[in-house]
Amino acid sequence: MSKLLFEKGLNLSEPEIVRHYTNLSRNNFGVDSHFYPLGSCTMKYSPKVNESVSVLDGFAKAHPMQEQKASQGCLQLMFELEQQLCEITGFSGFTLQPAAGAHGELAGMMIIKKHFEEKGEGNKRKKVIIPDSSHGTNPASLQLCGFEAIEIKSNSEGDISLDKLKKEMSEEVAGIMVTNPNTLGLFEKDITEVCKIVHEKGGLVYIDGANMNAMLGVCRPAELGADVMHLNLHKTFSTPHGGGGPGSGPVGVTKELEQFLPNPRVVKNGEDYCLDTSSEKSIGRVKAFYGNFGVLVKAFAYIKALGSDGLKNAGESAVLNANYLKEKLKKHYKLPYDRVCQHEFVLSDEGMPNGVTTGDLAKRLLDYGIHAPTIYFPLIVHGAIMIEPTETESKETLDWFVETMIKIKKEAEENPELVKEAPHSLSVKKLDAVKAAREPDLRWIPNK
Amino acid sequence: MNFIPTNESKRKEMLKETGIESIKELFKDVPEKAYIDGCLNLPKGLSERELVSEISKLAVENAHAGTSPCFLGAGAYNHFCPAVVPALIGRSEFYTAYTPYQAEASQGMLQAIYEFQTWACLLTGMDLANASMYDASTALAESMFMSKNLTGKNKAIVSKHVHPHYRQVLETYAWAHGMELIGTEEPEKEVDEKTACVIVQNPNFLGQIEKLKELGTVAHSKGALLVVCVGDSTSLGAIENPGQEGADIAVGDCQAFGIPLWFGGPHAGFMTTKKEHMRHIPGRLVGRTVDEEGKTGFILTLQAREQHIRRERAESNICTNAALTALWATVWLASLGEDGLKKLAEENMEAAKKASKELDLEFEENFYNEFVVKVNNKEDVKQKLADAGVIAPLDLEEFYPELKNHLLVCVTEMNSDKEIEMLKKVLK
Repeated sequence: MSKLLFEKGLNLSEPEIVRHYTNLSRNNFGVDSHFYPLGSCTMKYSPKVNESVSVLDGFAKAHPMQEQKASQGCLQLMFELEQQLCEITGFSGFTLQPAAGAHGELAGMMIIKKHFEEKGEGNKRKKVIIPDSSHGTNPASLQLCGFEAIEIKSNSEGDISLDKLKKEMSEEVAGIMVTNPNTLGLFEKDITEVCKIVHEKGGLVYIDGANMNAMLGVCRPAELGADVMHLNLHKTFSTPHGGGGPGSGPVGVTKELEQFLPNPRVVKNGEDYCLDTSSEKSIGRVKAFYGNFGVLVKAFAYIKALGSDGLKNAGESAVLNANYLKEKLKKHYKLPYDRVCQHEFVLSDEGMPNGVTTGDLAKRLLDYGIHAPTIYFPLIVHGAIMIEPTETESKETLDWFVETMIKIKKEAEENPELVKEAPHSLSVKKLDAVKAAREPDLRWIPNK
Repeated sequence: MNFIPTNESKRKEMLKETGIESIKELFKDVPEKAYIDGCLNLPKGLSERELVSEISKLAVENAHAGTSPCFLGAGAYNHFCPAVVPALIGRSEFYTAYTPYQAEASQGMLQAIYEFQTWACLLTGMDLANASMYDASTALAESMFMSKNLTGKNKAIVSKHVHPHYRQVLETYAWAHGMELIGTEEPEKEVDEKTACVIVQNPNFLGQIEKLKELGTVAHSKGALLVVCVGDSTSLGAIENPGQEGADIAVGDCQAFGIPLWFGGPHAGFMTTKKEHMRHIPGRLVGRTVDEEGKTGFILTLQAREQHIRRERAESNICTNAALTALWATVWLASLGEDGLKKLAEENMEAAKKASKELDLEFEENFYNEFVVKVNNKEDVKQKLADAGVIAPLDLEEFYPELKNHLLVCVTEMNSDKEIEMLKKVLK
């Protein structure tokens, strides 16, 4: 642990600051330095050229309130990115305003709310169905818009149960929020049927697009029957995750719902690009200015660099890598849902020897220089280990990961304490989370 | 360009080893009708050379503060950023990581966020801060929800002198959440027993430094909270901070701390409050703790408030925030230091004061680095500034129809005396 910068003083020289933050960075795993198979987060490589074009003066030093006629390059980029996203997903229009996935969910649910208010059904449709394999943000997002969550259980194959859906779906339900592929890494086999059941009762289908990577160039969510969907540009479109943001969460909608998208939208009038606020039915603004523009530049560059062939290759390779790992690991770890997976899959710690848990395994992986998968999520798998390798990892890395996982299993059998007491090789050992919560110390206080 | 290490022969090898017949088989659960047999209708991929050339063409279409004198603020400020900041932010151990769930492998980012939380508290005079929000506008919207949860009341009052975009965001969020929002020029007159919070900005959107103590007293007497949004955050080096003014929640944007203008984002919001509201602040919190051997370390804490645990009972849905831009602000603040920030703030006030002399000011001279000027022939002035290649002050008519001949001028340390003289000549 490095000393806090404040303990050295509040007015320091440049070399002191550089030494401090350089050393801090060395106590951090990133995708550039470590394999990072964090499920549902799509920790793919972020191309360096994206970083360099996003800081061109014409982008980084353009003022958001400067005259639109002096901002044509920025506006054109946003306009074209929206078109690219429409082609990739099949939607009719996008807003680029939301700053992250959860922010996109919120904007998306607002659009659904507005749709029913305009139809005079705002007071009637107060519920939204959520499968138990959905992302944690989904129920939180919908309740902020005044909806109540109805959770439905998945069936034995890990899909949404159509019977349960039919039972819950009524004219009091605004729709469903589905994560597809779901958090088990499975493509909802009956997604078309799911959309049909919801639509027949007048509901709308929201797809959480955090897992869009598996569908890149493979299928368009709008053609599956989705009405609204957010994307995470920091997942699928390679913009870096930044240690927890800034991200970007554009929301796509069908033609019918376009009128509700946040204002302003970028439109093209003749040869000019402009910010349009004319839609009176818009839900309004969800963020100051127009979105995380610097992030948009990176996603735009990525889509241009990959092109139609590259995007398809990315989607296919991500799914191949996940299936390769799944097939190799299922011989050693319990795989509760044994079928073709998409971008990720979920193992369980059931049957691990000597009481070694998922949490222990995660910490032991860190010792081997591998970032842990997403753990204990989804809740429907005991001791879930959610693994998403992404397409930017080589076969050699995947093989090394498999070997390491097998090795840790063997350690659990022969020397369980070694695994339970991990990590051993990092700047700190296992941290006391209970103390952190019971005696919150959230800031440095002068002269303490 | 190629970012995928697996070539065709490796693909075949992997398929063979796992007993999968073809790539198509991996997508057997995708409805046949929706499966894209060919390719997306997009151009083929570009080489890096072609890509840079194409995107650069878009970049040069924009005016920018790198070469044009900039007198525009209005929520995004052109401040200097020392080279050391992007150099450190550019370390990929930071920017290619994600949310520090695995604390032991994320000590760098966690400690940096703890330092960010500390800076936010030191500058605002508040007790605690979260790990960041998307930006000031959404931080303000979350403050409104937080006030509702703390007071059990459903009405929010917002001053007309809060950034118009922020007010629009508040309107959207209030509607979605079923809250009543009242915009007014005189918030103290609207506060009643049903009010959850009064939201003001300081320095306000028109640049004026507000006196908030009295408003705070009025709000508190009715059981409402005072929410203060900081205008240009560098002002905290010179003016009374929200804690001193009696704020219960203080938010603002880190952009002024050297983060690029970036045509409006990504910036980063900060959010601070008093100790007693700790369990209701949204977003991530980093806490200091110890490891098994008693060594100090950092970890995400008090997560029971958050969406992934509380699900539909969570008071906010925020997950990913703005860690990297918050780190940007942290390093920028460290490199200026406490004294450097004070000096910078004084420079800004000084420069704005100098620029405002002999101009027709709309309000009394009590501003930070922005002020409102009345001009005789607005269109003529705008044309002259455009001809001179200036990023012009904001025309206020769109947001304040009563200020139809008025411009909001922003002057920072980046404006030279020569630029200021040129501006004054046009505005006089």
